[in-house]
Amino acid sequence: MKYTPTQIKELEVKAKQVRRLIIEMLGKACSGHPGGSLSATDLISALFFLVMRHNPQDPGWPQRDRFHMSKGHCCPLWYAVLAETGYFPKDKLWTLRQLGSMLQGHPDRRVPGVEVASGSLGQGLSVALGMSLAAKIDKKDYRVYCLMGDGEVQEGNIWEAAMAASHYKCDNLCGILDHNGFQIDGKTREIMNLEPLKDKWEAFGWHTINIDGHNMRQILAAYEEAEKIKGRPSIIIARTIKGKGVSFMENVVGFHGCAPNKEETERALRELE
Amino acid sequence: MAEALYQRDVYGSTLVELGKQNKDLVVLDADLSSSTRTRLFAMEFPERFFNFGVAEQNMMATSVGLASCGKIVFVSSFAIFATGRAWEQIRNGVAYNNFNIKIVASHAGITVGPDGSSHQALEDISLMRVIPNMNIIVPCDGPQARQAVLAAAETPGPFYIRLGRVKCATIENKGEFKIGKAQVLAEGNDIAIIACGIMVPEAITAMRALLAQGVKTRLINMHTVKPLDKDCVLKAARETKGIVVCEEHTVIGGLASAIDEVVSENLPTKVLRIGIRNRYGQSGDPQDLLKEYNLTSKDIEKAALAIVA
Repeated sequence: MKYTPTQIKELEVKAKQVRRLIIEMLGKACSGHPGGSLSATDLISALFFLVMRHNPQDPGWPQRDRFHMSKGHCCPLWYAVLAETGYFPKDKLWTLRQLGSMLQGHPDRRVPGVEVASGSLGQGLSVALGMSLAAKIDKKDYRVYCLMGDGEVQEGNIWEAAMAASHYKCDNLCGILDHNGFQIDGKTREIMNLEPLKDKWEAFGWHTINIDGHNMRQILAAYEEAEKIKGRPSIIIARTIKGKGVSFMENVVGFHGCAPNKEETERALRELE
Repeated sequence: MAEALYQRDVYGSTLVELGKQNKDLVVLDADLSSSTRTRLFAMEFPERFFNFGVAEQNMMATSVGLASCGKIVFVSSFAIFATGRAWEQIRNGVAYNNFNIKIVASHAGITVGPDGSSHQALEDISLMRVIPNMNIIVPCDGPQARQAVLAAAETPGPFYIRLGRVKCATIENKGEFKIGKAQVLAEGNDIAIIACGIMVPEAITAMRALLAQGVKTRLINMHTVKPLDKDCVLKAARETKGIVVCEEHTVIGGLASAIDEVVSENLPTKVLRIGIRNRYGQSGDPQDLLKEYNLTSKDIEKAALAIVA
């Protein structure tokens, strides 16, 4: 592990700050998706604060690693890490979902750091595949990360992309599956069972890494392992808790797409102090 | 008329030409590269050609990622699959991001022939026309297919270029090709015929038959369906007794609808539509199908006479 215990500790503090920003943003906007934003916070904080090669002052830097959030409804998380790393001023966060704001309810290219719009589920892995193929054509060594939701991988387009990424041996591509076990209508295993998830990805030719998606040491180790795998893409299947970090939101499906009210926002922020 | 050509042959060779000039040009296909002729590019530049197998949604969404990295991406399949199966990837990916992606689809229209309804795209122009940022070109012959591909390659933004399956007669003396600028192939003030694609040669035959009856036709090749040359349409509406619109496509949402929209808002004019009327296609010889679906020069002539009468 190339990271020190101090770095990991600092990362955990930053992830908590990201969670606070998500809650404040959604509380002010009175709409948005807290559950999946909070479940993926540790995974994405690790990427933006430690793992990825990027420069917030130069979002178009050709050598940058690429990140694409295929589950676009969790953009409060994306906006929070972009603001926290300095892509744009934090006060912009309080315009989320307002008319004329660059922070749309689902993300687009108005936002510095957002390469491609998302929101319609199932298409983002293909987008990341395109970025990965571009790197191969240009003989560049950047890596491409793509965050997916578990309900999202019910989309057929995901498996078309999975097949192609393995066919084209896209070892610069790393999928991140935020496996929180819930989708809008309920538990994924009741709505449309995904299991055996690991077997499915392996059958499509991917290297799989199963981790606890809230353990920073495991998260960082997974990114390191993925980078070492050659000749095929990797996917980190991260077991997570929907609404993680706010007790009354954890594993509550109602908080998939409902923002906290004023009282809930205050309670959540107190828990995240 | 000069030599008849396959538009897709022209497309394939034009891609090779472009590939030599621009190393950022990338071509994608979904298991139809021998039919769309992207195979010509694949043989020349294998490192910049990607076959996605029978998976159009993935192909289209992957083009978005490639374009985000500065590539000019040509995406090909049959018109029905490119615009239908992958519609939402085009709407939310290709066009919303306003990327440099050129969808060039072959096998559009009823003249696909024997393969029948499932393979005959009769609504692709409508599907693309409703999408903001999308440009639509329907070339009328082989050389115009080349001009359209070259123009799309050097114009930023998403394009849909519609090509047919069958050989097209080459139409001479069309004048300059410019995106969004209609070509007036003949002047006349009795009636205007506005056509695109393979309906242009049908319209030329109709124009000659009308002239023999003393009816002077203004014949317009509306190769760019979007952005539409509104000035040309309104001039025709102002200066003639009415307009006949001809397209190898449903009359709902395509070129005829685009023209209806312009004249009804600005200068209400009689518009008769030659196109497919709320029907599916079917198997048959292309020429027989054109007759069955009332897409011949005779049908155009009849419509024109109904207006001038």
